[in-house]
Amino acid sequence: MTGATLSGIVPHLPALQVVVPLLAAPVCFLLRRGVICWGFATLVSWAAFATSLVLLQVVLADGTIRYEMGGWAAPWGIEYVIDATNAIVLVIVSGIGSAVMPYARRSVMAEIPANQHGLYYTAYLLCLAGLLGVTITGDAFNVFVFLEITSLSSYILVSAGAGMDRRALTAAYNYLVLGTVGATFFVIGVGLLYMVTGTLNIIDLSERVPALQHNRTVHVAFAFIVVGMGLKLALFPLHTWLPNAYTYAPSTGTAFLAATSTKVSVYVLLRFLFVVFAPSYGFMALTLDYVLLPLALIGMVAATVAAIYQYNIKRLLAYSSVAQIGYMVLGIAYGSVEGLTAAILHLFNHALMKGALFLALGCIMLRVGDVTMRGVQGLGRQMPWTMAAFVTGGLSLIGVPLTVGFISKWYLITAALDDGRWPIAAVILASSLLAIIYVWKIVEAAYLKEPPEGRVVREAPLSMLVPTWVLVLANIGFGINAEFTVGVARTAAMGLLGGAP
Amino acid sequence: MLATIPPFLVYLIGAPLALLIPNGSLRSAFMCLVPVVGILLLLDIPYGDHLTTSIVGQSVTLLRVDSLSFVFGLIFNIAAFLALVFAWHVRDAMQQVSTLLYAGSAVGAVFCGDLISLFVFWEATAITSVFLIWATRTEGSYHTGMRYLIIQVGSGVILLSGVLIQASQTGSVAFDAMKLDGLGTGLIFLAFGIKCAFPLLHNWLQDSYPAATATGTVTLSAFTTKLAVYALARGFPGTEVLIYIGAVMTVFPIFFAAVENNLRKVLAYSLNNQLGFMVVGIGVGTPLALNGTAAHAFCHILYKAVLFMSMGAVLHRTGTTKASELGGLYRSMPITMVCCVIGAASISAFPLFSGFVSKSLIQSATADTGHWIVWLVLLFASVGVLEHSGIKIPYFTFFGHDSGIRCKEAPWNMVTAMVLTAALCVGIGVYPAPLYAILPFPVDYQPYTVAHVVTQLQMLLFALLAFVFLMRKGLYPAEFRATNLDFDWIYRRALPVIIRGLGLGIDTVWSRLIGGSRAMVSASIDAASRNFGPYGIVGRTVRVGNGVAWVAVLLLVTLLVGYSAD
Repeated sequence: MTGATLSGIVPHLPALQVVVPLLAAPVCFLLRRGVICWGFATLVSWAAFATSLVLLQVVLADGTIRYEMGGWAAPWGIEYVIDATNAIVLVIVSGIGSAVMPYARRSVMAEIPANQHGLYYTAYLLCLAGLLGVTITGDAFNVFVFLEITSLSSYILVSAGAGMDRRALTAAYNYLVLGTVGATFFVIGVGLLYMVTGTLNIIDLSERVPALQHNRTVHVAFAFIVVGMGLKLALFPLHTWLPNAYTYAPSTGTAFLAATSTKVSVYVLLRFLFVVFAPSYGFMALTLDYVLLPLALIGMVAATVAAIYQYNIKRLLAYSSVAQIGYMVLGIAYGSVEGLTAAILHLFNHALMKGALFLALGCIMLRVGDVTMRGVQGLGRQMPWTMAAFVTGGLSLIGVPLTVGFISKWYLITAALDDGRWPIAAVILASSLLAIIYVWKIVEAAYLKEPPEGRVVREAPLSMLVPTWVLVLANIGFGINAEFTVGVARTAAMGLLGGAP
Repeated sequence: MLATIPPFLVYLIGAPLALLIPNGSLRSAFMCLVPVVGILLLLDIPYGDHLTTSIVGQSVTLLRVDSLSFVFGLIFNIAAFLALVFAWHVRDAMQQVSTLLYAGSAVGAVFCGDLISLFVFWEATAITSVFLIWATRTEGSYHTGMRYLIIQVGSGVILLSGVLIQASQTGSVAFDAMKLDGLGTGLIFLAFGIKCAFPLLHNWLQDSYPAATATGTVTLSAFTTKLAVYALARGFPGTEVLIYIGAVMTVFPIFFAAVENNLRKVLAYSLNNQLGFMVVGIGVGTPLALNGTAAHAFCHILYKAVLFMSMGAVLHRTGTTKASELGGLYRSMPITMVCCVIGAASISAFPLFSGFVSKSLIQSATADTGHWIVWLVLLFASVGVLEHSGIKIPYFTFFGHDSGIRCKEAPWNMVTAMVLTAALCVGIGVYPAPLYAILPFPVDYQPYTVAHVVTQLQMLLFALLAFVFLMRKGLYPAEFRATNLDFDWIYRRALPVIIRGLGLGIDTVWSRLIGGSRAMVSASIDAASRNFGPYGIVGRTVRVGNGVAWVAVLLLVTLLVGYSAD
């Protein structure tokens, strides 16, 4: 490809970011054969990852990109808007996809009936396209459309676990009902905003809502959007769909969804709270202080304690995700630049941790077929690389220095201390301490207990270990040198709060 | 280039490399080589800050070499070498790796120039060392190790909290002298105090050290507490409260040590008492006192090591270290006996032994600064040390009534380690100049003045005389506290009674506290398990209807909150 065509493509990258995986999905469906679909989906993921990296680079260098779909100008057509905040989310989503896909071949072969492989990869590509679309679009209704694409495809990803455990079906059904409620709430909120402002473009909304900040309709719209997205991002106590969905989905589905889907919802919440609305509005300030902040704190502790008592490790990590989402919502609830920086940073870091942990767990599923406390017994010696990856991910989850978890906690705690909120800093530390307990339970089972009589397992195949370790090393790399991620998060936070980028 | 390789890295690389070597003498030799390389590197590094980088916007220094960190770094490396020689025969990979990593973490911690990396190594010493306790592989040692781990990791968490608060208040995480004036420094002080086994925070030490393996205790005794002493000397020199904390530390373990039957536990108590001397030195904070602390830590690691080694050798051969079951071993283990007596003489500060040249620095510093009561307490404590470590340990093990045990002399590697360590104790005692030369401050101190030697000998000999007298009359141990002949009758009779009462009181309060909080903890764990467990409200699968109900509730709450704004 010549330099001229390459530079000719760059202006259209925002469209390609979504269109390529979206069109790839039906193609994948037509390809049918499992292995071919897998190779195709992997290539598409990598292309999306490359696209998002270029976009991030352009955004950091030149500032916000506004792209008119099909050449229709903004208020009439749909516009894609990319700034530091969603550029980094695009990188997370496509990056996790690129790590999960090479890993998927062996894992999917083991966990899903052969005749469903093509469908599974199709659903994955749709989900990827949906997540990228939600993130990139600058149109409120378009967010809803892509949200639905994401949701419908993720129900399929979850229910694909039915081959191993029929409970995947009820989990997917439960997820479907609640996910639909969440999306409906969101679209009701958007509809109410449209009613009073006459626009669906997010930038237009941000210009018209300030004049209407005492309008009751806007208040109701706000409440519907917060609760709707709260459900989608699994804010405690709206998390009830999450533990089962993560537990019974296939390993690759769980790894992909856990690392990306809730993150994208957090992003949407950020975008609406701080761009369409603003923390200076009385109703929003109160909601941050009296709804989101307490729920985040309760969620951090309650979900962590619940995780301690889980026997199934997938479920344990699912509860830990609910707690970690509490950290992100906590940063949002501060409403300050430091708080948002911490939230966005943790959004990125948590994707790395949970991605690595769930992939390691997938290796165990492949070899042992059991991801309960009993299943990991004695694995420290039998699958040393997998368990080392798991333990490193666990350390990151706790927040041990030299891992990304430490960076997240550091910024969350200093953000709390900057506002003089001591008790919150104490709660963060306390929940980190509790996290030690559940990580330790697994370490103890894997390293200090003997494997069950007669069970001999081999280390996971290289095609699965390499992606896992790529994420583990990312945990350490971004934990040691956090300058880049912190810089992006700060730029994003300042952009959201309307300061100079 | 070689100058900037931090010594801890040698251990970090050495541990996995050791595993590649077939288990046997070759691996043991390789492991012994690790601290030697560490020492060579250390001697090569010029004083100053190296390997400075930035993490989370804070400057982090991985290698700060100055006169204070040099002394501790050097003795840690030496101690690691001696402990590894002593453990030459151990073929347990878990102990081998954890010894190397533990020593490496301690060496790393000493050279940290900032509180963040200190925290990292601080936790690393905790996590790596617990395996030395678990290595006994008994149910009891598992629980002991768990208690030890919780306390040590807890100390790290407290340290991190303090560091965070300190960083947000001052904007700096540099690890330099601090003032004990705010919550941040207070928490850091508390974290150091836990590791240093301050009174009432000390129980983990006597609980865990005797539970480790014969070789593990030697390793454990060298690093954790001395790291805390270093941290205090670096962070809080001249903090007056340390003088009193230290003074209490020197005295209270004496009474527990005297009645204790397990000789390794006796040594654990006397370890506490020796730490007290160092803490007093830090509290006084004058150059002489800080020199004393550094020198005492240096000598203490050595003579404590030789004492723990001799007990380890006895345990290795006889399977016990209970005073009541031992005795008369001098026939079977003469070299071990000689080494043990040298260690005992050193800890009791006999002239020509290492304790004499270091302890007197601290003793003089308290006198110079006019802390006369503390000076007296230290004197009293010295006599106590002589009694329980200097006499009780060798007497009940190697002499006393003959237990009838006839065993072989300790294995050659244990003997080598003991002889080397004992030789160092004597060497430093006879010729202290090289030790004085590496102390943090220039030294102009002459331990061997006639007056000093005579006073010390008088005190020691009278104490010995009293011991012999009491043994002959069959009054020991009921009247052992009366060995303290320098003090008048009231002091002799009253203080022990008061302190014994106090000790009992502390013990009662402590056990109530532990018992009470244990009950509370298990009650709350039960409650949590009911509500959060797989069948509790939070942990179980929630029905769709209930999930939707939560959505409705939350919408209502958000609406109400929003409405209340206007």
